[in-house]
Amino acid sequence: MIKMTMLDRLLLLITGILAAYQVAVGIDSFSTLPIVAYSIAFGVLLVAGLLLIILGFEVLEAPIVVIVSTIIPLALSLGLVWQHLIAWRVIYLVFAIIGFLAIVITRTFSVCNKIPTIVLAIVHGVAGIVIFLLPVTLAARGDMRPWFALVGVGGALIGIGGLLLSFLKAGKPIFSREMILKILPGLLLVMTICFVIGFMFGPLQ
Amino acid sequence: MRFLTAKLRLYWPLIKSLQTGLLVATGLAGYMSARCPIFHLGTLAGLFFSLLASISGSTILNMWWDRDIDARMGRTHNRPLAADKIQPAEALRLGLALSVLGVGLAASMNAFYGLIIFAGLFFDVVVYTIWLKRRTCWSIVWGGISGGMPILAGRVLGVGGLDWIGVLLMVGILFWIPTHILTFNMRYFDDYQAAGIPTFASTYGFGFTRATIAISSILAALAMGLSAWGIGMAWGFLRLLGVLSFGLLLLAFAIMFRPSERVNFGLFKYASIYMLAAMLLVMIEVM
Repeated sequence: MIKMTMLDRLLLLITGILAAYQVAVGIDSFSTLPIVAYSIAFGVLLVAGLLLIILGFEVLEAPIVVIVSTIIPLALSLGLVWQHLIAWRVIYLVFAIIGFLAIVITRTFSVCNKIPTIVLAIVHGVAGIVIFLLPVTLAARGDMRPWFALVGVGGALIGIGGLLLSFLKAGKPIFSREMILKILPGLLLVMTICFVIGFMFGPLQ
Repeated sequence: MRFLTAKLRLYWPLIKSLQTGLLVATGLAGYMSARCPIFHLGTLAGLFFSLLASISGSTILNMWWDRDIDARMGRTHNRPLAADKIQPAEALRLGLALSVLGVGLAASMNAFYGLIIFAGLFFDVVVYTIWLKRRTCWSIVWGGISGGMPILAGRVLGVGGLDWIGVLLMVGILFWIPTHILTFNMRYFDDYQAAGIPTFASTYGFGFTRATIAISSILAALAMGLSAWGIGMAWGFLRLLGVLSFGLLLLAFAIMFRPSERVNFGLFKYASIYMLAAMLLVMIEVM
């Protein structure tokens, strides 16, 4: 396992501080469900960052990582849909709950065949597409300011990070373990910066 | 000058700077939680120096008393007193001087505040260290109470008297202490055994100790959350405190159901970060 460097810890600390800011201040003006959803997403990011700093990359060996790395995109996408796609609110809420439960079940009980991987790909894929396309579309149509597209960029990055980690955990790594762990702290920081700036400057005044 | 620097370098490990710093931070947070005019430089400086001197003094007195067991433990045998780098009489004089200075300064600011600072010092040095630490594992309750005194004292100085929020803040620290100390006791189990110090792990076993940690973590998180609500902390900051508390509970349950040395150490570290973050939240929120 790769040893965590001081730079990695610093990047993760800044990520944690930004996520903490987002939970405490950055989502205050939203309605209840988006606040809950974004608090879960950024809260998981904050706690995961702290645990990575404390325990090192070895913490990624834990089976729960696949589940945790699903919570962030699912919660973020749910918050976005609830705020901007009013007609799809309930449908997406149901998808998020079922998707999360499906991943928990397929990762908790041994299911022989490709079902766990398929479930993972579907849930991550849909959530990733929502987080990427919805903010970019809203910014392009002028419903939100151009800055909001950064939320989409963050979404693309979290999709990449989530898939890399999930497939690594599933035993089918897309890149080598060393490469993934090398880029992970930087990826998490850039992603979080994109989210914070996007949510801060994205809404129309 | 060189003599002073050399002395300071020698004395520095005696005060356990991280632990003392965290306790001073709890006292400052307790004071700021009163939402009094916190930028009164004289009071703030008096609070800081009285806490720093009294906490440092009690820590040095503890180390002076425990120098024999420190010498028997691998983790602590290099401490200045245990390693004979400082004469015990010199450490005793320094500890007493700092304690008197801290309590005296506190009492001159506010008699009740001074009394609580003195109580914290008394519970820590006399009741916890000298009387109970070598006799019973339940001594940590008194260690916890003394650890909660700085935040209570700060609150009392801020509001001018005792209130339920101050008591609850103290209770939060009291329940946080087992999370911190018991994980440490398990990590250095052999050291404590060699020194003949009774711990929860050696008296009741690891399972019971882990359950105690989980329960005290829940109670600490509840007490901190309730007192934060009582202070009138904004919803955003309460949300953040909730998120941080969730991390604490997650690790506490992890060591109960999937115990490992790594998770144990993680909880020990996270508990410190949790308390520091909670105190910073209280301070930042009222600014």
